[in-house]
Amino acid sequence: MSSELSINPGVELRNAELELHHFQVRLAVAAGFVLFVFLLLAGRFFYLQVVRHGELYTLAEANRISIVPVVPNRGIIVDRNGVMLAHNYSAYTLEVQPDRIENLESLIDELATVVEITARDRRRFRRLLEESKSIGSLPVRTRLSDEEIARFAAVRYRFPGVEINARLFRQYPQGELFSHVVGHIGRINLREVEQLESEGLTANYRGTDYIGKTGLEQNYERFLHGTTGVEEVEVDSGGRPVRTLSRTPPVSGNNLVLNLDARLQEVAYNAFGDRRGALVAIDPATGGVLAFVSRPGFDPNLFVDGIDSLNWNELNNSPDKPLVNRALNGTYPPGSTFKPYMALAALTYGKRTPQQTINDPGYFMFGGHQFRDSRPGGNGIVDMYKSLVKSSDTYYYMLANDLGIDAIAKFMAQFGFGDRTGIDISGESAGVLPSQEWKMRRFNQKWFAGETISIGIGQGYNAYTPLQLAQAIAMLANDGVSYRPHIVDYIEDFRSRARTSLESRRLRELKLKREHLAVVKEALIGVNKEGTAARSFAGAAYVSAGKTGTAQVIGVKQGEKYVESRVQEELRDHSLFIAYAPAENPRIALAVVVENAGFGARAAAPLARKVLDYYLLGKLPAPEKRGKDNDASNS
Amino acid sequence: MHPTVRRLWIYLTRNIDGTLFGIVLALLAVGLVVLVSASNLNTARITGQLANMLVALGVLWLFANIPPHYLMRLALPLYLFGLLLLVAVALYGDVVHGARRWLDLGVTRIQPSEFMKIAVPLALAWYFDRYEKTLRLGNFAVAVVMLVIPVALIARQPDLGTAVLITAAGFFVLFLAGLSWRIITGLAIAGAAALPFVWSALRDYQRQRILTLIDPTQDPLGTGYHTIQSMIAVGSGGWFGKGWLNGSQTHLDFIPERTTDFVFAVYGEEFGLFGCLALLGLYLAAISRGMLITANAPTMFARLLAGAITLTFFTYAFVNMGMVTGILPVVGVPLPLISYGGTALTSICLGFGILMSINSHRKLVQT
Repeated sequence: MSSELSINPGVELRNAELELHHFQVRLAVAAGFVLFVFLLLAGRFFYLQVVRHGELYTLAEANRISIVPVVPNRGIIVDRNGVMLAHNYSAYTLEVQPDRIENLESLIDELATVVEITARDRRRFRRLLEESKSIGSLPVRTRLSDEEIARFAAVRYRFPGVEINARLFRQYPQGELFSHVVGHIGRINLREVEQLESEGLTANYRGTDYIGKTGLEQNYERFLHGTTGVEEVEVDSGGRPVRTLSRTPPVSGNNLVLNLDARLQEVAYNAFGDRRGALVAIDPATGGVLAFVSRPGFDPNLFVDGIDSLNWNELNNSPDKPLVNRALNGTYPPGSTFKPYMALAALTYGKRTPQQTINDPGYFMFGGHQFRDSRPGGNGIVDMYKSLVKSSDTYYYMLANDLGIDAIAKFMAQFGFGDRTGIDISGESAGVLPSQEWKMRRFNQKWFAGETISIGIGQGYNAYTPLQLAQAIAMLANDGVSYRPHIVDYIEDFRSRARTSLESRRLRELKLKREHLAVVKEALIGVNKEGTAARSFAGAAYVSAGKTGTAQVIGVKQGEKYVESRVQEELRDHSLFIAYAPAENPRIALAVVVENAGFGARAAAPLARKVLDYYLLGKLPAPEKRGKDNDASNS
Repeated sequence: MHPTVRRLWIYLTRNIDGTLFGIVLALLAVGLVVLVSASNLNTARITGQLANMLVALGVLWLFANIPPHYLMRLALPLYLFGLLLLVAVALYGDVVHGARRWLDLGVTRIQPSEFMKIAVPLALAWYFDRYEKTLRLGNFAVAVVMLVIPVALIARQPDLGTAVLITAAGFFVLFLAGLSWRIITGLAIAGAAALPFVWSALRDYQRQRILTLIDPTQDPLGTGYHTIQSMIAVGSGGWFGKGWLNGSQTHLDFIPERTTDFVFAVYGEEFGLFGCLALLGLYLAAISRGMLITANAPTMFARLLAGAITLTFFTYAFVNMGMVTGILPVVGVPLPLISYGGTALTSICLGFGILMSINSHRKLVQT
């Protein structure tokens, strides 16, 4: 306190003392405030560390410990001989967590300088990004090479939010051969998440990215998936595991062993050449499906880690519709392959005897309308045997007229026409078995008697899947008893190898007279021996039964002639064939549809021959001889 | 002891207050122990902080040896220089993390707001000392202006933590200088009335921090994350803590900024309630010693400066522990003498140096 300038030291001193007193009061107030605040803090510490300790400690533990699901290995799928149709392999993937990245495009550009990222990878990633549920990581690249892993590891510090993970991938080594029957898996989408929630399966799918989307992969999902394991790990705030605390191992999914024969499937698939169509082969005695072909197929491996837009558009927009499962969802008029059942109906309902003949002038007149036979000039005098062997249309026009639509519908329903077979892949089409009631329901119209006529030769409203056609011929081969067709033979526990067989469930049992069956079966043998398919089955080392068929794609006008060469390819007739063999003790029954290939005898019957030759004799077809096939016999 | 060494020892320690220095060393030691755990035994961090401490203690010694009247002479020039720097920052400063706080001098970058933590109370103490005998309301108005200008410049950088600390320091000077209770009450009421306007002037992230304080769980992964995790850390420590190096929140990276602003969460988790109370005790000891020096200070300038330094130190401790335990919003205020970082450490030690200088130069001035 400098006091040189003060005039009155006494006053000055008193003022100073007063001031000092004031100051000390203020300081005491401040000290009180400090104490108060520190008590407040001490109280807060007590509140957090004693009162709320239990709760906050639990939270800290929850932070620390993370329950990590351990995804089980998906079951594999093999054919009846153990040929691998779907399996898993382990590979390294480069994965990105999109929510941790600001600019994905530039990140991928940068990553591309370290590992190869193709345009296809980018397209696929973009598609995944659009579809995914924003959280979690998405693969940018799969199947990294060891060298790429090493290269990335060296620079990984530059890429937070990007990591390399070892993952199991599904692979379909047979490619397009089984695309429609084995199906494929794909990343779980939102709809499937809801589905899993409603089934209470969410817990078991924690950590699982994939689910069966089509075919067996979809239908047997709950067997293939397995049980998810749990691992308790200590994690840091970024969720990175620090150490494992405990572990409940996952239980792998079960394996599927199929009735399908991969090589038979291959023979059948290749026999189509570049034609479109479908083939279904069934063991008549069990309902086991031996071959299930829809051509063209596609490579199911494209779908596993998300298909890119280019490939998707190509498949989806292709005029050949490779994504359609023709065997399951293609519905075709059966054409003349309907005739054996018509003949059985005639015998059963007493409308014809086997010996009874008609005159086939090459047409049938009804209500002033001419129904033409596919053989100009007709087949002359025709009995039941000849009607099938030579495939007389006129015979069946008349027969249909005599039976009437409702009797036909009633009889055909017993063979499963127009009804789902219940095969063990989902999405099957029912087809159309026309009847008065059906037409009323479908079009709200009355049935016209004239419409019955072409039903007799498998045309008109008739529309059945190749699977139904195969199921019907299998039932005929098995004397009227049918089993639910099933692709899977048995489910195998991955550990104990215990087998759970899919029972051969009897579907229908039709009381048919033995002598009626004998008449029709003999005629079907005749078809392959001396009839419309004789050329195709010339020299066969076994006796087979068959029936050709031609399904019209377009109607031919009155007085007009169908000339194949004048008709656009996609409007040409479909070629059909049904068969079973050996005739005396059938081991295989099949139905073939070859789209737009003309007469049944031309394309479908030779194809069936190759399949039967392989299945019964183990004979592989000779290399394809390309050239004009002049088999112009009637269908 | 050799006479030369003895003389050197006396020379080095003559202006050092043993009690306060002991407390400071104790706090620094606690800081090092916590840093070893918080940095996950990161040697670079630990040696770096040791170097920071040496520098800070050097500054402490230096300022302990500068007599208060020199400081008084420097008060106004330092204040004006600081203002100039703040204006320069506003015009030419570098933007780091969205805030314009740094000034690039070519050689090094400085943060002038840090410097103002000392310059503002120094200038205010000088001002009140100068008008000691004729102190009127007008003087307080001038002092408020002297306080508001730098605070406003710092707040709009934005650097809320420093603005709060400087406001507190300035207010302590005004309060100790005898700002009338009526005006304090009036200011408090006016302040409350102005809250809506302050609110609208705040930046979004600042508002978010305040909202988070009211209910941290409303945004547990965003702004509430820091508070929630630090409260979990402190609370999970219980009575005795999880033990040094054993805090799971700390070592699994759940505590953000765990060596700097949130180091108290590490401390609370590993040393528990007893550790926290002991630390509170150390702070209280430092503050008590500072208050004692303040009470015994010979001049108005020394009293006000010492009081402001002591209470600013208290504010650091309170605001930091308050925000870590979730009773104050998150502002960038380090835990004094414990948090990692050289700048705050140096400015705090500088303050303690001044306190010691005031204490040791008491008799000299009085005679």
